[in-house]
Amino acid sequence: MKVRVHVSLKPGVLDPQGRAIHHSLEGLGFSGVNDVRAGRLFELDVEENVSDEALDEMCQKLLANMVIENYRIEKVAA
Amino acid sequence: MAFRSAVITFPGSNCDRDMAVALEKVSGSPCARVWHGDSQLPEGLDFIALPGGFSYGDYLRCGAIASRSPIMQAVIAAADKGVPVLGVCNGFQVLTESGLLPGALLRNSVIRFVCRDVALKVENANSLFTSGYAAGQVISIPVAHHDGNYFADAETLDRLEGEGQVAFRYAEEVNGSVRGIAGVLNARGNVLGMMPHPERAIEATHGGTDGRALFESAIKGLIGA
Repeated sequence: MKVRVHVSLKPGVLDPQGRAIHHSLEGLGFSGVNDVRAGRLFELDVEENVSDEALDEMCQKLLANMVIENYRIEKVAA
Repeated sequence: MAFRSAVITFPGSNCDRDMAVALEKVSGSPCARVWHGDSQLPEGLDFIALPGGFSYGDYLRCGAIASRSPIMQAVIAAADKGVPVLGVCNGFQVLTESGLLPGALLRNSVIRFVCRDVALKVENANSLFTSGYAAGQVISIPVAHHDGNYFADAETLDRLEGEGQVAFRYAEEVNGSVRGIAGVLNARGNVLGMMPHPERAIEATHGGTDGRALFESAIKGLIGA
């Protein structure tokens, strides 16, 4: 089973990298971009019997830092 | 009386020797060196230090992988029993990632790596690590980091400030840390994490000696020497 885990900074947490990317887009002449937030994408290949609870635990224990980040699990059709 | 300290080395640690030298010079006792893959600490430690560097290449998040390494389970257990733990720079990041300290360290707001001496204000001079300073004293300690921008939610920050858990604050703008926080204590006061490097300021040849009192405070408080 393919699983995508999207990790993003919680709203309100300053994102200097997103801000720098935003500036760079403006520097390239792209207009109309209001904000950029940088995040991470993990692609996991897991056995079919791995439970939703186990996936949640992986996110909370390692893939995301729950102090500053949120995560979203997406199961991808093979 | 011997002072029994240990420095943990992770793959990518690069201030572990500096930390061990500082502990040995100030205490006069040898410092044990412990590898990340070890699952046990030496018996009867008085003090554990997590050094600066780039453990595991800063993969995932700074300090994230190190905080899940075998030896950290032993360090967490020791801290829970009251053994003092000092984490400097990457060591601070490991402490927040392991849950021993609240908050997190984000990328510097200025984006750049910051490497210079900074002015620090001693906020709490009553802790094991800071009793050699005066409250409000401004000291000069070097920083060298890319991810030192301390963050915690407002409720946590109010609690930290109310309980005297903010040990050091930057006396100048350095990295965007919320409320200028440079060093944090746990509620019990036996765990300190800080981005500045006191071990790089213990001898005149380092350009300053303001970091020495931190080690002297801890050693005096622990073995009374």
